[in-house]
Amino acid sequence: MRPRLGAHTDGPLGGLARGARRVAEALATPLVPADYLDLLDPMRAGADLRGRIVEVRPETDDAATVVIRPGRGWRGHVPGQYIRIGVDIDGVRHWRAYSLTHRADGTAAAGIPAGCVAITTKAIPEGRVSTHLVRHATPGTLVMLDQATGDFTLPTPAPAKVLFLTAGSGITPVMGMLRNHLGELADVAHVHCAPSERDVIFHRELAGHHAAGRLALSLNLDDVHGVLDLARLDTLVPDWRERETWLCGPTALLDAAEKHWADAGVPERLHVERFRPSVVEPGEGGTVTFARSSRIVEADGATAILDAGEDAGVLMPSGCRMGICFGCVVPMRSGAIRDLRTGEVTVHESDEPLPVQTCVNAVAGSCELDL
Amino acid sequence: MTLAPERTPAHGSSKPHGINPRLRVASDAPRPQRPALKKSGRPNPAAHLTPEQIEGIGHELDALRKEVMDSRGERDAAYIRKVIKVQRYLEMGSRAALLFSGVKVKGFRPAWWIGTAGLSVAKILENMEIGHNVMHGQWDWMRDPKIHSTAWEWDNASPASQWKHSHNEIHHTFTNVLGRDNDLGYGILRVDEDQKWSLFYLFQPIWHVGNALLFEYSIAAYDLELGGYLAKKHRLSEEDKAEFRKNRDEVLAKIRRQATKDYLVHPALSAVTGSARTTLTANVVANLVRNVWTNTVIICGHFPPGISTFEKTSIDGETRGEWYLRQMLGSGNISGTKAMHVMTGNLSHQIEHHLFPDMPSNRYAEIAPQIRDLMQRHDLPYVTGSLWKQAASVYWKVVELSLPNKVEGRRRRDIIRLELKKAQRRRKTRR
Repeated sequence: MRPRLGAHTDGPLGGLARGARRVAEALATPLVPADYLDLLDPMRAGADLRGRIVEVRPETDDAATVVIRPGRGWRGHVPGQYIRIGVDIDGVRHWRAYSLTHRADGTAAAGIPAGCVAITTKAIPEGRVSTHLVRHATPGTLVMLDQATGDFTLPTPAPAKVLFLTAGSGITPVMGMLRNHLGELADVAHVHCAPSERDVIFHRELAGHHAAGRLALSLNLDDVHGVLDLARLDTLVPDWRERETWLCGPTALLDAAEKHWADAGVPERLHVERFRPSVVEPGEGGTVTFARSSRIVEADGATAILDAGEDAGVLMPSGCRMGICFGCVVPMRSGAIRDLRTGEVTVHESDEPLPVQTCVNAVAGSCELDL
Repeated sequence: MTLAPERTPAHGSSKPHGINPRLRVASDAPRPQRPALKKSGRPNPAAHLTPEQIEGIGHELDALRKEVMDSRGERDAAYIRKVIKVQRYLEMGSRAALLFSGVKVKGFRPAWWIGTAGLSVAKILENMEIGHNVMHGQWDWMRDPKIHSTAWEWDNASPASQWKHSHNEIHHTFTNVLGRDNDLGYGILRVDEDQKWSLFYLFQPIWHVGNALLFEYSIAAYDLELGGYLAKKHRLSEEDKAEFRKNRDEVLAKIRRQATKDYLVHPALSAVTGSARTTLTANVVANLVRNVWTNTVIICGHFPPGISTFEKTSIDGETRGEWYLRQMLGSGNISGTKAMHVMTGNLSHQIEHHLFPDMPSNRYAEIAPQIRDLMQRHDLPYVTGSLWKQAASVYWKVVELSLPNKVEGRRRRDIIRLELKKAQRRRKTRR
């Protein structure tokens, strides 16, 4: 939905704006006025939210902060929230979510210019987008953005005693909170895990806070201490059970911590940010879920999803049945499919629905369609 | 007006489905012999190929397709975005010039000429290199919701959804199959000796010129299957009639929006400089130029001599290799410069387009030499020629085939006379 010129104004001016809008729409058809305006100013208010990369600053050997100047439609965020960024890599748009680390009031901080948003990401071997952002993104590139969202935020008033438990790039939402709220937090303990000292993102900034007594930082370095054993918390932060805890890191740590906090009888103290979607392992055949028709069918690896759906009585759009007419395209919400012509597997990686051709694809493991 | 044959379901829904033979090159079932001659007595250009050779062609084309599709990337994305950008700036610039189209300089209206030429080119680019190709899904792989087959609407009377059905689905699947591919003469032209002659075709040179001038509307009527509807209205179920009415309203709404833009709002804006009338004529001319140009390009794709048509029965259980073969033999190219290819929406590479309709259009030129080589190696005719040569041959064919085929021992005059008499008799008995 794009906000429309004059949609919320009333009175004679509102009427004029509405009239102007109708004329503009009549002039632009079959396109919309925005298609032309986007050519002139893609960052204007009212446009789909975009941003321009201002700087890519290395944080560690394989992590970098990407500073982006958002379009004028940017509505701001609450520290701890994330945004989705759509980046074109080899011509293909990929969407990913990243936590924001800049100051919410728009002032400059930590080298991030005023009015810019910042995310920090770590290149991981299979992470196409993170690798692209860290290694190949260049200033001046236009990216797609979404407004900030997420409930991994601090309450007001801030709790008296806080524990931040982070691992790897899981530090980012917490850094967003620290840069905005550290002054309001009386007692902060922070346990951060990283493979080695070189890999600690924001190390100098965190060490600075520690030295100044603003927070108590404990590092758990895999090459020194081994992967964090949660039992170690009793030594690192003996009063961890009394602290409101914000946790972000790899799935294994999240799962272990949820159990640990539950076992301690204080699961409500733990606030978790889960980022990495469950990874889809492509298989041969599997379950097709037609979400809106609430039908679930099993199909083998040689049956086109179109055929499987029709057999189950789902009203499937269809056409040539050989992959050339694109009349059967349906959004896939999650899962993996395999092209019956080439064997190529398409895995749904982001939370953006992916339009797929049902007539030439079979399910590969499982998939959910918006149908 | 264009009379399209009735909408035919692509596949019976009751048919049990195994693997669709068109999805993979592999034929275990014995394939029917390809006859050496066609109904009209012309030779079948693929009669000499064995089923193994045809499947070999299929494998080779699948490999080529994979190679190109795997290499799609930033360069291609930049290409289509650039074309879209150029087209939009050209359209805006031309429209701006037309605001002053009525202003005379030394007895001549420079802004009218510049604006009309620019708008004609912009409309052609929009319909051909952008609209046609985006709606084919050639750019869906970019996952850009603004340049996507499911979202694109084009500057043409026919709504995208209806055009995609009749073009992508019917025409591209059943290319040049007599009675299945409605594009073969659009139901009003006899462009192949194997099409049955009737009195209606006597006047087809007139139909043809009218069709070219009003091409966007005849495409709309054709996508709507107006002809089929009028012919069998009394036999249609209420459900079918309701669907037709829904589609018809969609077409009328689209035509209204298109006409309001070109013939009302833009001229009205020009009234400030006294250029309303000249802006109106500029829009009329630009639409006519676009209509005639697109029609000319399209008739060169399937109607010139040397291009084959196919019998309905020949595609029963058609394999992927056979489908590819039919696409190659059923299409013809236009030779020319790079600018020429862009202005035709790369439909000048009609053969390559028909083999791989979802391949980005900027790649057709790249694979054309390989396709030509493949066809020559298999002794298949790769039909190509300049636009003027190909278009002239079609115009001549339209004239020639307005008359019945020559038959040994019978004068064409007599065949026509006989048909006339039969028609008169039918009329009398109906009375």
